[in-house]
Amino acid sequence: MPKSAPASVEFNHVSMRYGAVTAVDDVSFTIHAGELLTLLGPSGCGKTTTLRMIAGLEIASEGQILIGGKDVTRLPAADRDVSMVFQSYALFPHMSVLENAAFGPMVKGLGKARAEAMALEKLALVGLKGFEKRYPAELSGGQQQRVAVARALVLEPQVLLFDEPLSNLDAKLRRNVRQEIRELQQSLGLTVAYVTHDQEEALAVSDRIIVMSNAKIAQQGSPRELYEAPANSFVADFIGDANLVEVTIDAVQDGQAQVMLGPIRLRLPARGLTPGPAKAAIRPHGILLGDGLPGTVRKSSYLGDHVEMIVSTPIGELLVITRQTDPLPVAGAPVNLSFAQQGIALVQ
Amino acid sequence: MRPSTRLALLLGWLGYTLVPWYLPEGWDLAGYPFGRAGTALALAISGAAPWLWPIGIALLAATVFAARAETAFSGRALIAVGLFGLVTFFAQGFAITLPGQGIPWLAALLGGAGAAQPGMGFGALLTLLSLLLLLCHGLAYRGFCRGDLFTTSTVGFVVLLIGLFIFLPVATILRNALVDANGSWALGEFSDRLLSSTIWGLGCLGGGIACGVAWNTLMLGLLTGTITTLLGLACALLVLRTAMPGKRLMRAMTVLPIITPPFVIGLAIILLFGRSGVVTGFMSEWFGIPRSRWIYGLPGVLLAQVLAFAPIAFLVLIGVVQGIAPSLEEAAQTLGAKHWTTFRAVTWPLLRPGLANAFLLGFVESMADFGNPLVLGGNFEVLSTKIFFAVVGAAHNQGMAAVLAIVLLVFTLGAFWLQQGWLGGKSYTTVFGKGDAGIPAKLPTFATVLSAAVIVPWVLLTAVIYAVILIGGFVKTMGRDHTPTLEHYRTGFAVDFSHGLFFEGAAWPSLFTTLKVAAISAPLTALIGLLTAYLLTRQRFAGRRLLEFTTMLSFAIPGTVLGVAYILAFNVPPVEITGTGLILVLAFVFRNMPVGVRSGIAGLAQIDASLDEASTTLGARSFTTLHRVVLPLLKPALVAALIYSFVRSITSVSAVIFLVSAEYNLATAYIVGRVEAGEFGLAIAYSSVLIVVMAAGIALIQFGVGERKLGRRPVALATSAAEPAR
Repeated sequence: MPKSAPASVEFNHVSMRYGAVTAVDDVSFTIHAGELLTLLGPSGCGKTTTLRMIAGLEIASEGQILIGGKDVTRLPAADRDVSMVFQSYALFPHMSVLENAAFGPMVKGLGKARAEAMALEKLALVGLKGFEKRYPAELSGGQQQRVAVARALVLEPQVLLFDEPLSNLDAKLRRNVRQEIRELQQSLGLTVAYVTHDQEEALAVSDRIIVMSNAKIAQQGSPRELYEAPANSFVADFIGDANLVEVTIDAVQDGQAQVMLGPIRLRLPARGLTPGPAKAAIRPHGILLGDGLPGTVRKSSYLGDHVEMIVSTPIGELLVITRQTDPLPVAGAPVNLSFAQQGIALVQ
Repeated sequence: MRPSTRLALLLGWLGYTLVPWYLPEGWDLAGYPFGRAGTALALAISGAAPWLWPIGIALLAATVFAARAETAFSGRALIAVGLFGLVTFFAQGFAITLPGQGIPWLAALLGGAGAAQPGMGFGALLTLLSLLLLLCHGLAYRGFCRGDLFTTSTVGFVVLLIGLFIFLPVATILRNALVDANGSWALGEFSDRLLSSTIWGLGCLGGGIACGVAWNTLMLGLLTGTITTLLGLACALLVLRTAMPGKRLMRAMTVLPIITPPFVIGLAIILLFGRSGVVTGFMSEWFGIPRSRWIYGLPGVLLAQVLAFAPIAFLVLIGVVQGIAPSLEEAAQTLGAKHWTTFRAVTWPLLRPGLANAFLLGFVESMADFGNPLVLGGNFEVLSTKIFFAVVGAAHNQGMAAVLAIVLLVFTLGAFWLQQGWLGGKSYTTVFGKGDAGIPAKLPTFATVLSAAVIVPWVLLTAVIYAVILIGGFVKTMGRDHTPTLEHYRTGFAVDFSHGLFFEGAAWPSLFTTLKVAAISAPLTALIGLLTAYLLTRQRFAGRRLLEFTTMLSFAIPGTVLGVAYILAFNVPPVEITGTGLILVLAFVFRNMPVGVRSGIAGLAQIDASLDEASTTLGARSFTTLHRVVLPLLKPALVAALIYSFVRSITSVSAVIFLVSAEYNLATAYIVGRVEAGEFGLAIAYSSVLIVVMAAGIALIQFGVGERKLGRRPVALATSAAEPAR
């Protein structure tokens, strides 16, 4: 079988409707070859449906889907060169680890010996040498997940899909496994579409992220762009924590906007906004204790290396995270807040 | 066009040009390719059957498209061609049948005014399949069912089968009731028959004349439903809520009605309580109570039905009682309620939906029951027996049979509707995902005593009944002459070895036919049932809800109605199969299909759909996925479906009593014949042989299908064979 090179995925105005419900609404994007792109969003935003349309498990109601430049919009899943790692892993319980991994080449008709050789190679790659004869029920959750990845890799697909692959693992294991997935993707140069609702996971593994909300794309960009320059308040709030404060832009000059944040005058990148009402997304880390905006500590939680506070100020209640634990701010204490420039973004 | 579409087209040409179009008489191929054994093409060209031209044109059009490359247009074209072919196919089939029948105006339109044609044969079958496949492939090219050829084809196939073998027969009954022999509307006659006093008469209230059959049937159904529900409840409470001995025995008893032909209980009751029965004789000798025929009529039928169906109610209610989370009752007790108050205020209301369900089951079973009223009814007529006598009796009144069948169908559909619509929304879910520790509340003493007082005699009676069934075949005449003898077995099952192997017993032919038909129909039932279940649970397509509703509906069609429908629908062209073995197989397959569907749906519910999807994304097509992933995991459901359909094919009387012929007689029909002739010894001997054969068959199927392997430890098969048979 010729090894197929990783391919790009292109969505042109794709919609998915179930009766009156629109699960994905006029979505266009591109996943470049060899890139890991994450579809991120709250549950019900259409990210899993989008992934399933790449796999061919759903056939788009409208629009065009290209894989490697070839139109696959109406091509059944079995005919697409795409593999998927399922949230539940979907390991066949009546087959051993080896039979599971060899399933793809077997149904392609490559013969048992060839299929098992290919399966063993990928099982070794994910560190499961020696587990071939076991059944899925005899493996731990992490091992099951590796089998699922190995099974998806065996056919060396043009595109590899992950549907919330870490959601069934415990928190500590998650961090390791997501690094392993990222390393595997980079070393093999795979094109990967990855679905998650966990923004930290998305930031950690992605080349680029598409944030989805209500069946539409809210923003796409690199992790850094999304965090530092969110396109709207939804993205700002979803990626990392943000205090959303109503502000008014007084004037815009050379791409810099003049904004009054309480008594403090700030000059921030305007990012296409015009004078008038807007919102400022203020990262909790970007608020410093010092002079400036006066306020009162309402609640304070000591979390070892940092302190989380709710501070009530004239511009509203703000979540503040500070590493200044000495002296520990207590509830009721007066504080003054100032703002780091890179911790604030203006959004619509 | 993909290769499989070309193959489907080839199949169509084969059926149209080479294979005889009509069903040949006695495989006589004289005159091929013209005349009776002619091919469609030859008949169309020679002008003998010009109405076959459009079908050929459809195939020709499909061939033109098949030569071209696959474009967006080809899907639409295939759909149009397939639809056109199917429409013309069925139009000519139903328009031109026997002389003077069919649809004259449509026949004239198709160029066959006044013409006649025999029933369709293998050529027509192949062509029909081909046209259906072309239509379904066209739909797949257009992206239906995720563009999967196998799925769309299966949907088309299942819809065609249900249409032909469930919808068409039922529609034929309606037609027979509404239309007279000349094919014109006969509404006056219909309403006369429908409102006739033999159906709705209330003479019995005034004393003297018997009530109408509809009231008899309803009364019997209500009584059977009520009594079986109460017995089942008492039994379930005793087993689950007391430390009663013999619980395993009670559970084992629930399997009995599944492997017992329905009228056998009635037969045993005659042998016990009939005029010359064991108990009757005992009573007259010791207490001077005169022998009488009191058992023939409502008391006997009711007793037989209660004995036969109470285990089913028990099975339903044991699930319901088990489903009541003990913590609910414990909560009531911690809030200060006493045992009796808890039972009345918490347990009882939670039981109610289950009770209604068990009642409706007993009600429907009683109305559909045919064997017991036939054997024990005497002058007490119910709808199912009345239908039988309207068809096979001296009157031979098919219109009357159709009207009676409609009344019965309305009753059972009404009960079914109540069960689905009313109970569907009312059942209380008391089993939650979380484990629910706790000890079920003890039954109040008075309820325990009451239950035990009812259950113990019932269990004893059941034991006596089965003892009679076992012993009855080995004595000369049960009740009169208890000399041990093998005479009955010799009459039925003698084998002569004097010149080779010769099955000389009178029962052998019917037993062989029964086994053959059951063995053929069981795998077909399982296959079609599981395929339908797979479509219903795993695929999305337009009309899925309708398909689901239709298969559920066929639960509610009583066997007697199905039997009548089959003879009415299939003794004339285009599908003329009355008197063949095929009609028996088809009747069993479609009578038992809901069982296959239900066990398939239950089995598939336990298999996560992502397994199918994983297989698909790894490049396996639907068929491979079904074969490599779903089927191995579905083995328990497969076993259940096979066992059910096998056993029900053997025990069924109502549907097939109309369909058997001299050449193809079945065991149950043969036994009923013996009972009517008064040969009880042979009948009971044959019945016990059937029970043994079924037990052996079940063991064989379990062994043959094997176990589902999940991990190294084999998982014990949950055959769920103890589910209620409906």
